[in-house]
Amino acid sequence: MAYLEIENIVKSFGETEVLKGVGFTMEKGEVVSILGSSGSGKTTFLRCLCGLERADGGSVVADGERVFPLEKGETHSLKIGLVFQDFRLFPQYNVLENVTLAMNLLSKQEIKKSGDKKRKFTEEKDKNEARAKDLLKKVGLIDKIKNYPCELSGGQQQRVAIARALALSPDILCFDEPTSALDPALTNEVLKVISDLRNERMTMIIVTHEMEFAKNVSDKIVFMADGVVEETGTPDEIFNRPKKDKTREFLSSSL
Amino acid sequence: MDFATITAELLSGFGTSLILFTGTLLLSLPLGLLFCFGSMSKIVPVKWFFKFIIWVLRGTPLMLQIVAVFYVPGLLTNGAFRWPDLNTGWQWFDANMDKRFWAVLFAFTINYAAYFSEIYRGGIQSVPRGQYEAGYVLGMNKTQVFFKVIWLQVVKRIVPPMSNEIITLVKDTSLAKVIGVTELMFAADAARAKGLIWPIFYAGAFYLVFVGVLTFVLGRLEKKLSYFKV
Repeated sequence: MAYLEIENIVKSFGETEVLKGVGFTMEKGEVVSILGSSGSGKTTFLRCLCGLERADGGSVVADGERVFPLEKGETHSLKIGLVFQDFRLFPQYNVLENVTLAMNLLSKQEIKKSGDKKRKFTEEKDKNEARAKDLLKKVGLIDKIKNYPCELSGGQQQRVAIARALALSPDILCFDEPTSALDPALTNEVLKVISDLRNERMTMIIVTHEMEFAKNVSDKIVFMADGVVEETGTPDEIFNRPKKDKTREFLSSSL
Repeated sequence: MDFATITAELLSGFGTSLILFTGTLLLSLPLGLLFCFGSMSKIVPVKWFFKFIIWVLRGTPLMLQIVAVFYVPGLLTNGAFRWPDLNTGWQWFDANMDKRFWAVLFAFTINYAAYFSEIYRGGIQSVPRGQYEAGYVLGMNKTQVFFKVIWLQVVKRIVPPMSNEIITLVKDTSLAKVIGVTELMFAADAARAKGLIWPIFYAGAFYLVFVGVLTFVLGRLEKKLSYFKV
């Protein structure tokens, strides 16, 4: 059994059927890139996986635990992070606060739940801050921790967004076209951060239009067209020996 | 009547205006948020109930509402309902806080809550959907997203239109005169009735100075929130 098993995800918006049964499997520590032309349903699929949209059908099982669909009141322990195309940093918080916010809220909840009066929030807060600084060092922004998002370039903002997503130690980190809003000069600094994460065996699902990057960084490529998975394989199989006509067409038009 | 006497009378009226202004603001800011959530409710009858109230309050003259609030409850209940007279022991700046004052405070509060609710709604709806989603994928719940992510962005957006309404409120307090609340314009007009025209311009200076102070304070608030962009 694979670490993550996604089967037959279906999603419609009104009359429009966007996902007509999407599925694939992946192992822990793997990097899967989802390719496909605009409108093929890549982003919708990712949003369903992260819980921003509710799929109409299908199933997701992670590490033997059911993630979707859930009964009312049922929960799961899989943590999925998502990095958006347009960064979506919180403008009123500085870089450090953007990364610590969710951690601090979680710490507060945990302290409240445990009822342990000896646990002090300030201690947790210091820990969270130290962790945030580590993450910001990793993405190369330790000298920007007091800056506000409006003072950063797009590439820097996206790297903060990655640190923010990593703060909660996600089991799987998803990227929705992380470099599409960046000019080429800034694209590389973001791709480098993702490559570094791959070297640390972070499990990642990346929706991207960066073909070269997908080829180099992925263990597996999922090619989507018209709401279905047209073809999956290793980068070598997809890029050098594609089996389907649609894959060939897409690759010849994008490379 | 000399300058000192007029000044004392206008100051006393200004005290009432000031309390009316402050009371209305303190009550209508939270009530407006309630109206706003009501008018954005997913429960259709609740939504239409609040939309109806806001329509009536914004669609009829404030002067009419003051008169209605003061007289109608008593008429409907055959005199059983009375606005309270809390005059004794409640005199700040010599302000007269009788039944007329409470009726006017009520009318101003609901009227301004209706206007504020629409400003809140505009502010809330102008925050991109993506900000909510960014909060949700970080494991925050709805309440946390609203108060930790959305709210300050809303405040930043609504300070300029709110400032406008707040300044309008300063001058609208003069409408309380219609049911005989002894506020600033009432005092000035009492002098005019005795043949003096200059006290109304003197009263105008009170409004101008107060609006000047408010403009300064609200400008500072706007500047304070300029450290981030939305």
